[in-house]
Amino acid sequence: MPFIQNSESDRQEMLAAVGVRTMADLFEQIPAELRHNGPLPIDAGLSEDELRAEMTELASWNTPMAAGCFLGAGMYRHFIPTVVDSLQGRHEFVTAYTPYQPEGSQGTLTAFFEFQTMVAELMGMEIANASMYDGCSAATEAVIMASNLVRNRTKVVVSHGVHPHTRRTLETYLKWTEMEVVEAPLGADGRTELGDLADDNTCAVLVQNPNTLGVIEDLDSIAATTQAAGAISICSAYPTSLGLLRSPGEAGFDIAVGDGQCLGTAPAFGGPSFGLFACAQKHVRKMPGRIVGETVDDKGRRGFALTFQTREQHIRRAKATSNICTNNALIALRGAIYMAAAGPHGLAEVATYSLAKAQYAAKALGAIPGFELPYKDAGSFNEFVLKCPVPAARVNKAIDAVGMIGGLDLKAWYPELGENCLLLAFTETTTRAQIDQLVSALTNLAAPQPVA
Amino acid sequence: MNKDTLLFEKSRPGHRTLRLGKLDVPAADLSLLPKGSLRTKAPVLPEIGELDLIRHYVLLSKKNISIADSFYPLGSCTMKYNPVTNEAVVQYPGLADIHPEMDAGRVQGALRIMKRLEDGLAGITGLPGVTLHPAAGAQGELTALLVANAHFEATGQTKRTKVLIPDSAHGTNPASAAIAGLEAVEIKSGKDGLVDLADLESKVGDDTAVLMITNPSTLGLFESKIAKIAEIVHKAGGLIYMDGANLNAIMGISRPADFGVDMMHINLHKTFSTPHGGGGPGAGPICVTDELTPYLPSPRVVEEEDGLRLDYNAPQSIGMLRGWPGNFGVLVRAYAYLRRLGAEGVKRVAENAVLNANYIRVKLNKAYHVPYDRMCMHEFVCNNKHQREKGVHALDIAKRLIDLGYHPMTIYFPLVVSEAMMIEPTETESKSTLDAFIADMLMIAEEAQSDPDKLHAAPVTTCVGRLDEGRAVREPKLRYACYKD
Repeated sequence: MPFIQNSESDRQEMLAAVGVRTMADLFEQIPAELRHNGPLPIDAGLSEDELRAEMTELASWNTPMAAGCFLGAGMYRHFIPTVVDSLQGRHEFVTAYTPYQPEGSQGTLTAFFEFQTMVAELMGMEIANASMYDGCSAATEAVIMASNLVRNRTKVVVSHGVHPHTRRTLETYLKWTEMEVVEAPLGADGRTELGDLADDNTCAVLVQNPNTLGVIEDLDSIAATTQAAGAISICSAYPTSLGLLRSPGEAGFDIAVGDGQCLGTAPAFGGPSFGLFACAQKHVRKMPGRIVGETVDDKGRRGFALTFQTREQHIRRAKATSNICTNNALIALRGAIYMAAAGPHGLAEVATYSLAKAQYAAKALGAIPGFELPYKDAGSFNEFVLKCPVPAARVNKAIDAVGMIGGLDLKAWYPELGENCLLLAFTETTTRAQIDQLVSALTNLAAPQPVA
Repeated sequence: MNKDTLLFEKSRPGHRTLRLGKLDVPAADLSLLPKGSLRTKAPVLPEIGELDLIRHYVLLSKKNISIADSFYPLGSCTMKYNPVTNEAVVQYPGLADIHPEMDAGRVQGALRIMKRLEDGLAGITGLPGVTLHPAAGAQGELTALLVANAHFEATGQTKRTKVLIPDSAHGTNPASAAIAGLEAVEIKSGKDGLVDLADLESKVGDDTAVLMITNPSTLGLFESKIAKIAEIVHKAGGLIYMDGANLNAIMGISRPADFGVDMMHINLHKTFSTPHGGGGPGAGPICVTDELTPYLPSPRVVEEEDGLRLDYNAPQSIGMLRGWPGNFGVLVRAYAYLRRLGAEGVKRVAENAVLNANYIRVKLNKAYHVPYDRMCMHEFVCNNKHQREKGVHALDIAKRLIDLGYHPMTIYFPLVVSEAMMIEPTETESKSTLDAFIADMLMIAEEAQSDPDKLHAAPVTTCVGRLDEGRAVREPKLRYACYKD
């Protein structure tokens, strides 16, 4: 039997030691009428070679993004240095549990102390936790934290430019509370129009930078307006962009969150990723998630341990700051290795290359007759909306026809934009040849079709 | 060479691992970005070359205890072997390099894996509605409570606001109830360690939304009156939620649907062998009855004539709890594991897990006090009653185990046993490993009498000894001070 090492004779010896005759005798606690004696609707087991053949076959039914893919929208294909897979893949990291026994977990704990430092630096904040599930959960937990920091206010203002999955997650979590979500619209230039939505009943304002339409927000003014209303300002930032763009901390935000997939992890059909969460140290007791702190051992040596655990569910139970327990530690470790491999200069390089590719594409695509860049004036990073003369679905088909994968048809997420808007993403992995091919496919589409 | 320096202490200006090739398009024009949108201060990340980076993390890895180097009988966490094949499979480009917004036609393999895994979990639990969306067990619990909320709302039963939770439950249960806007009410355990039916009957009523029950319980005992418990709660109009953390003990042997469970979560990172990764990622799918299926989170995998697709718009769905369909990489590993096991293997897992646990129990139940000393499921709980008068605590026994080359068992949980030590060997351990562990545990019991200070001083073989956790709170240092002011 796979993965069970004991032989039949081992089992017989053990059954005898326990004082029973058969395996079935071990289950005497389960009343006979509750036992399942029929077959399970599961196929017979496979050997390792058979499994690999089956998985290879299933994988072959999918199309990898390597051929050229312009999808982003929160999940991006960035280059992953080999060290990330090689080091994260070490059994000692992969097969360890949550570091509740610090003496035997200094590897994981030290890595998380460093991770927290790097995330705090990236976000321009004082401290960070040891990760959340993903960007959506980080943003949602930030709003819940804000409601604990600013008591007796029930309104949460969320920009329409925040990723729809984040908005939907927030809605799911807040539906059963007193909190009410109000959306701040996007102006004609694609930027959030906060207006006077942040008032004395508002506990939090959540924006995303760049927003889902790829537009760079005026972060400083949003943070200032939010604080003037006495509410907590929360910015969800795209970590790669922070190699270049203003950090939430610099802009004056109280809480910074983000999704860490771009930091060394493949998109993998949506997960696992990890969430970044950073804030000021004075708020540590209200922060969700695991936190690693530095201390000393009985001989005065530096060591690391999980700390402020009285916030957490295994101690506080119903009064915990969050119900989070298992999070996405190993993917966060990938993020740590990636950030260390990149360093400040590598990260800036990835950011400026991604920007350069997007600018190259925008210039060429915007010049094709009939195609427009509706939010060009506000400025974007590596992703922008392209308004097409025909439905986006048709444009994607044309891209498909040249062997690449198109962008995101915005019809489902932003129906008010109509059917013709496409969101296109570029990273340092996008090649000039792919962009040129995209431009020529769209040029052909725009050209008047010869009459048959 | 100091092997304990941090990345920031190793950092040297100009060192770097990630360097991209030549840019094949014109350089970025920063003047096109809005004024004031650029960072003014670069993040102080470490600057480190590839070899030094590798040494850093390899040295760190050696400071961990892991399943790959040590027996890890951490109760409730099911630290079974994590098949290495599965780690290789998830890196196939067709499974890693795919975007969740790709047209369904380009990701039929990914969707098929999800569908088959859903079907497998439905078969094992007997509950037909499955979602793979939740990121971890705690999120699965919350998902189930929100499903219950949606069900009661749809059926006009809005007064059902109480969640009954046995005192032996995981801390995530009451924490999840609080987020769902429900009130947690504790149910006592009886003398036999099982749910006290009288206490349950006194607290169940028309305000009961859900009973959250862990079965087998955190004491490693099967709730033998589970059918009666379900009947009591159902009669009052409530739903039964099962915390599936301990499914490893009963899969293939007994289906939760058959004992009245309406909803449950499964920790793929426990029962289905996906690695714990130092604290995740896991996945916490939930399985529910047909009646509750319409409320499951979005997106759902749906099968249509031309194949599978993701449906983000089910009308009665509670919505999303995270981005995208789920922790796909974890789902792939769980699917691969299930394929290796097959129907027969699933049952063998439970049998061998229960045999291994009972084998240790009968060998240790004289040296250590086992409060519920009868046939256990996949784990059992003992405590320090026989060691207490020498001043030896569960913590001391755990720390001594570290010196002997083990990851300790779970300690101080469940809360219903004082100084609990919860031992779960899992089915993947061999008899010889168990025999060695038993011998060492007996030696520790001996040492507790003859040389208790040895236990108080442990561990001495690790890179650090016992840490001053109080200081970590009193003088919090939560990041490296990158700046010397």
